[in-house]
Amino acid sequence: MSSLLIAEHNNKEIKSFTLNAITAASQIDNDLHVLLIGNNCGEVAKSLSEIPAIKKVLHVEAPYYENYLAENFAPLIVKVSENYTHIVSSANTFGKNLMPRVAALLDTSQISDIIKVISSDTFLRPIYAGNAFATVKSNDAKKCITIRPTSFEPCEITGGSAPIEKVESMEEFSQSKFIKREEVKSDRPELGTARVVISGGRGMQNGENFKLINAVADKLNAAIGASRAAVDAGYISNEHQVGQTGKVVVPDLYIAVGISGAIQHLAGMKESKIIVAINKDGEAPIFSVADYGLEADLFEALPQLLEELNKLNTIQK
Amino acid sequence: MKILVAVKRVIDYNVQIRVKEDGTGVVTDNVKMSSNPPDDNAIEEAVKIKESGKASEIIAITVGEEKSQETVRKALAVGADRGILVKAEGIIEPLAVAKVLQKIVDKEKPDLVFMGKQAIDDDCNQTGQMLSALLNWPQATFASKIEIKDKALEVTREIDEGLETIEVNIPAIVTCDLRLNEPRYASLPNIMKAKKKPLEILNASDLGVDTAPRVQQIKVEEPPKRKAGIKVANVAELVNKLKNEAKVI
Ligand SMILES: Cc1cc2nc3c(=O)[nH]c(=O)nc-3n(C[C@H](O)[C@H](O)[C@H](O)COP(=O)(O)OP(=O)(O)OC[C@H]3O[C@@H](n4cnc5c(N)ncnc54)[C@H](O)[C@@H]3O)c2cc1C
Ligand SMILES: Nc1ncnc2c1ncn2[C@@H]1O[C@H](COP(=O)(O)O)[C@@H](O)[C@H]1O
Repeated sequence: MSSLLIAEHNNKEIKSFTLNAITAASQIDNDLHVLLIGNNCGEVAKSLSEIPAIKKVLHVEAPYYENYLAENFAPLIVKVSENYTHIVSSANTFGKNLMPRVAALLDTSQISDIIKVISSDTFLRPIYAGNAFATVKSNDAKKCITIRPTSFEPCEITGGSAPIEKVESMEEFSQSKFIKREEVKSDRPELGTARVVISGGRGMQNGENFKLINAVADKLNAAIGASRAAVDAGYISNEHQVGQTGKVVVPDLYIAVGISGAIQHLAGMKESKIIVAINKDGEAPIFSVADYGLEADLFEALPQLLEELNKLNTIQK
Repeated sequence: MKILVAVKRVIDYNVQIRVKEDGTGVVTDNVKMSSNPPDDNAIEEAVKIKESGKASEIIAITVGEEKSQETVRKALAVGADRGILVKAEGIIEPLAVAKVLQKIVDKEKPDLVFMGKQAIDDDCNQTGQMLSALLNWPQATFASKIEIKDKALEVTREIDEGLETIEVNIPAIVTCDLRLNEPRYASLPNIMKAKKKPLEILNASDLGVDTAPRVQQIKVEEPPKRKAGIKVANVAELVNKLKNEAKVI
């Protein structure tokens, strides 16, 4: 039994959720190999080989592997998967896009978004926007699994020396073409891994008002999240969305500002360690999950919050 | 151009679901059911394309029990031309749905298949990708914008980093995000008209697809509940609690 983890990276660096996926995969099986598919990504191969949990790095390069098109990746993964019992990746947009294509080619019923490894064939996963947990057992010979990154700690990244083995590339899939990626660069921590997240909802009224959120975020070194309503209304871009159809976050501190707390939003943040809600409607459902609820107008509360934070001698980073 | 749209009947997104006491699933008796929300966006997009003169026929399909017809009828009421119900009982996993859809694609030969990006009951996010694998077609997942070009689509996809644009040749599979468009409501006259539109009923077994689950659902339980919190009187108290009680700042 060996497991194969599909690394996510940008040809220069490993993406952080790969480290959480490695932890999950090594709980399934400690003979863990990693498949790195990319273009000019030798540096990434080297970093992966230094991860102690990894026993072998399989490395394949081709120009058409540059932009992670699932149509190019899937047949290659299927070929490499011959020697493995489990194929694993993270349940973010990378893994969600890719893994089902692999699973179907292997005639395997995929298990998505696991939050716990119970045994090598049995897993826990949320359903209905996290309002129920299902324990599921796979009866397929080969298992395709995506893991919820925030449910597993990132692995150690130094001290290992796994061998790197080259793998032959396969033919390019000619019917799909990558055109461009508009990444929003930010100096703030990544939403998925930040220790503190502050999110704004429809109560913010417009994009301009998010500067109130930004100011507090600067102070707390927080990532900025949003409800779907705020994204739909164009206050902020889509990669900030937290929830069932956005990102899942599990920070130490989550501050929801002007967010009502619909179940689809809670799905993305209710595992946070401490939740703060600022809302002027005392009946808003967000208060039912908040450790500290402040019933107030956010346009008064946010400036006051900044002022109170300014008074503190130290703030954890 | 012919567009096939896959729609699923699910518990309405406004319903607070309840887990059955025996741990076998969630309560569905007397619970409001609706079409899976992003599937409404998939239908809407197909209808818009037809209205622009670029599509000639829209077929709505669902796989499930007899009652799933409602979901197909709803699609017919907002503009699909005909419907297909492929009957199958119990939990039908994405792989099985994809295999059924593959059979229908082989028969109907659509140019595009539109689906939702994720069903809000199983939260699998698999079926579209699986169907495109089985057909060896291109896949454009999590679409928030679709532009039709000559024999291709340019699709804007929502990804973790922001937005990505890809071009896929037709035939292709597209899975839709809620931001793709604003689904219309069915008008009463159109709901009446939809009752007369053709709806074909097939059996998954007749198509030669085994829909028995491969994944055994051992237990469904309620997630751990959060302890009830407190309300603070003002911002100063909040900051004090965060600093000295929760110790998170
Ligand atoms: C299939 C599906 C998937 C979805 N996925 C997601 C998802 O991933 N993430 C998500 O967030 N939503 C999602 N939604 C949408 C979700 O159902 C809600 O519509 C959305 O979360 C509401 O956002 P909101 O709380 O910002 O807005 P609202 O519900 O409008 O709440 C605004 C809140 O702001 C408060 N407020 C207003 N003004 C002030 C003020 N001055 N001071 C203080 N408080 C104020 C109000 O009291 C209110 O509680 C999904 C919906 C569906 C159907
Ligand atoms: N039983 C079904 N019948 C028709 N379409 C389905 C069915 N299950 C899933 N789909 C389609 O596949 C999409 C993704 O579902 P899932 O992979 O289960 O998250 C849905 O939005 C539907 O468009």
